[in-house]
Amino acid sequence: MPVKLTVTGAHAVAQAMRQINPDVVAAYPITPQTPVVEYYATFVADGMVDTILVPVESEHSAMSAVVGAAAAGARTMTATAANGLALMIEIVYIAASYRLPIIMPLVNRALSGPLNIHCDHSDAMLARDSGWIQFFTENHQEAYDFTIIATKLAEKENVLLPAMVNLDGFITSHGVESFEMLDDEVVKEFVGTWNPKYSLLDTENPVTFGPVDLFDYYFEHHRQQEEAMNNAYEELPKVFEEFAKISGRKYDFLDLYKTDDADYIMVVMNSTASTAKYVVDELREEGKKVGLIKPQVFTPFPKKEFQKALNGRKGVVILDRAMSFGKEAPLYSLIKSALYEVPSRPKLGSYIYGLGGRNTSPKMIRQAFEDAFNDNLVADEQRYLGLRE
Amino acid sequence: MSNLKGWKEIPIGGVIDKPATSRLYKTGEWRVSRPVIDREVCINCMQCWLYCPDMSIEGSIEGKRMKLGEFKMEYCKGCGVCAAVCPVNAIVMKPESEFIDE
Repeated sequence: MPVKLTVTGAHAVAQAMRQINPDVVAAYPITPQTPVVEYYATFVADGMVDTILVPVESEHSAMSAVVGAAAAGARTMTATAANGLALMIEIVYIAASYRLPIIMPLVNRALSGPLNIHCDHSDAMLARDSGWIQFFTENHQEAYDFTIIATKLAEKENVLLPAMVNLDGFITSHGVESFEMLDDEVVKEFVGTWNPKYSLLDTENPVTFGPVDLFDYYFEHHRQQEEAMNNAYEELPKVFEEFAKISGRKYDFLDLYKTDDADYIMVVMNSTASTAKYVVDELREEGKKVGLIKPQVFTPFPKKEFQKALNGRKGVVILDRAMSFGKEAPLYSLIKSALYEVPSRPKLGSYIYGLGGRNTSPKMIRQAFEDAFNDNLVADEQRYLGLRE
Repeated sequence: MSNLKGWKEIPIGGVIDKPATSRLYKTGEWRVSRPVIDREVCINCMQCWLYCPDMSIEGSIEGKRMKLGEFKMEYCKGCGVCAAVCPVNAIVMKPESEFIDE
């Protein structure tokens, strides 16, 4: 029987990792990811998992170690945040191009500088073009569930891509909340046994990983990565369906909250969606037809789902917790371009919020909705919530 | 590059899925100029064959003498040593742009 645990988000993620039982975990501590690996190290020390835990000397080494282990045929995981991701980014791209299904919780934190340890999504956006599948989670339950879902998807033979599960630093990782943990056996059966396509340890079938790949084949390998991402998009609904069977929780590319008859829709990722749902409820009570979309999947980007959900609406406000200096914000630019061909384009507004852990209050969320109600949305203008002038 | 395989035909991830395949790999693709020999001028002295650092020039024995063979463009890097050592200037280096459609 599933049990309710009231713990931190970091603990919830560590429990998912314990149930998946990877062969190798290599990690380096960085706030606010540290407790994920701390809890996991306890499971290793207590003999609850079969994992070899490699305490490396940097994140560059952490990702290198899991790439090596994954190429050897191991099921592998690591976890990081912000500058840790920045330090390992070279190998993050390599993991994807070698098609190694490494799973990595990314505890979202602002990239330096100036130095900041609190939540925003600049770290996730640093890796948006790395070829990793990217999930975003609102709370403990989702962080736990998507760690399991990510493993199932990443290891599919027609996918074989690494996947990161984003959870908000401190808000989710250190906040205490209840979530439902599935039975160990149920998760074990769901993720199954990892049978690598290629293994450096398979001496009967010797293979080479990482040879130089020049203008003659590099292009073709990138096209394969795109195909794998397309396959991930095709496979995901099936994985969501299978996960619903074991958990009773049915996920989709987009979490649609009160959008059916909504004239005005907000799009926001991760924990701020909880605040936005609260504001949507308030506005609904005031008679406003509003709704919320929380993307659970950022890569592969659910373009068709956005087209379907946003076509014909009056106004859509999109909140980004990261900037793309000199260009439109990451989530906003993708949604804006997705709507290019829809028959009835809504008015759009781009809002930056919560950088460096800046608190995002219901009042700020309401302000973005008010702009939509007042027909005060300018598609080419970037606005800021909670910024001092 | 028309003889190379398409993206659906190759192993994923840049993996080489068989051992000892390096001999299949053609290394001459990044050459910027190539040697072109005038066989009328060549005296079969075999200096170019001897000096070629990539063994891209073939040679065979005819009776008691050697005879210069083909220049293998799959491996020639276009270094120009052959042209430099040729005592009768039978070899000229021509820019690869003249052969781009071959």
